Amino acid sequence: MLSVNDLAINFGSTTVFDHLSFQVDQGDFLAVIGVNGVGKTTLIKTILGQLKPTAGTIETNPQLKIGYVPQFRNLDSEYPLTIADFVSLNFTGWKLPWLSKKERQRVQTVIKQLELTPIANRPLGRASGGEKQKAYLAQALVAEPNLLILDESTASLDPTTKQELLRVVKDLNQRLGLTIIFISHDMELVNEYPNKYLWLRSDGYSQGPIAELEMKLRGEADV
Amino acid sequence: MFSFEFMRNAYTAGTLIAIVSGVMGVFVIARKMAFMTHTLSEIGFAGASFGMFAGWSPLNGMLLFTIVSSILVGRLSGTNESRRESVISAISGLFIGLGILFLALSDQSSSYATNILFGSVVGISRADVWQMSILSLAILLVVLLVYRNLKDASFDPTGARANGVAVNILGVVFLVLLALSVSVAAQIVGSLLIFILLTLPAASARYFAHSVSGMMLTAVGCALLGVWLGLYLGYLTNWPVTFFIAVIEAAIYGIALLVNHYQSQITE
Repeated sequence: MLSVNDLAINFGSTTVFDHLSFQVDQGDFLAVIGVNGVGKTTLIKTILGQLKPTAGTIETNPQLKIGYVPQFRNLDSEYPLTIADFVSLNFTGWKLPWLSKKERQRVQTVIKQLELTPIANRPLGRASGGEKQKAYLAQALVAEPNLLILDESTASLDPTTKQELLRVVKDLNQRLGLTIIFISHDMELVNEYPNKYLWLRSDGYSQGPIAELEMKLRGEADV
Repeated sequence: MFSFEFMRNAYTAGTLIAIVSGVMGVFVIARKMAFMTHTLSEIGFAGASFGMFAGWSPLNGMLLFTIVSSILVGRLSGTNESRRESVISAISGLFIGLGILFLALSDQSSSYATNILFGSVVGISRADVWQMSILSLAILLVVLLVYRNLKDASFDPTGARANGVAVNILGVVFLVLLALSVSVAAQIVGSLLIFILLTLPAASARYFAHSVSGMMLTAVGCALLGVWLGLYLGYLTNWPVTFFIAVIEAAIYGIALLVNHYQSQITE
């Protein structure tokens, strides 16, 4: 559904990456790994169309609809909206101010999928870190994307909560066939949930099924 | 009380202002723009005194100054929050200076300046009410048109960018709407105390309601309570209406903070 061909990005004279080619197929769960500053977020921004590639192309399936969960969000403890209202913010566009019946049902469906139903009417400001990440995920999902991009969504979570979040994501991937791109530093999660990897390095990249990653990593602990 | 035309005009104008302020205030608070609102009202003061100097109505002077400067601030500060603070204070200082200059140059009495700064209920004519009605309707209509995107961009700017909303363009549209609202609201509470209506009711509302529409209804309710009761008490006592509105809105905010304090103690 997404094919990156010989992609290069330069910022002035600095080359972030070049000759990058990979493919994401329907139903993939792709882990994008690499040290900070290697260009993971730059790659995502290019896929999202926010950055123009210096060379190369990104071909997408015409039906592709991306749901992107950004890395940072600045919501304080007094953030007033309920989780359900926060999720429905993604119903944007030139429509009537109030939500249609179909849209309200979609919010409920997504909230149920992410196991947020018991706290759906609680202000998001009072939710825990894991609940917040689930709400961010739900907001991206409510617009019915077929590709979900998670930008270090587990970075601020404790080990149990990380596992729980990824279990939900894996479930969406397996049951609904939702394609996932998961950007992470967490090798434990990367080895457990995704089925493919793309490892960006300053001097190139490698990719393949996740089972091959562990062999590659032996001797190179620096991810 | 309603046998006096100026009281009827004041109540009509006050009601319009309360509705516009409650609706806009919810976005002002979500976008953390209380300081910007205050600055726009100071710019409004400069505009009104320019209007007097040029022989226009104060409202027209205000509209000119606030709209031009809101676009300026939007373009100068962009998305950088810390820079926005400095840009706003520079512009704020400049415009208060200009306001004082135009006041000195125009040969109006100083009571006119007091009216602009602190508001005047008696001074609102039928024609003013008409102009305010048209402006208020225009503001509400634009908010209605961009409502879904403005809601996303105000309550979750990071997410809105990811969702493909034109956050920067909406920011400028919002500033122009805010400039219009400030100019309208200044007619009753005066330019110095604009934030009483544009920020306090909405700031209180976020503790009572947890949806955008709920917060708007609550904020409009709080603003209406303040304006209606304030006008009535002002009529009874002959004390400044602005004083009563300020006291009522501050009291509501105090109650909201207390309610929030006890609620968060219960949930913890």
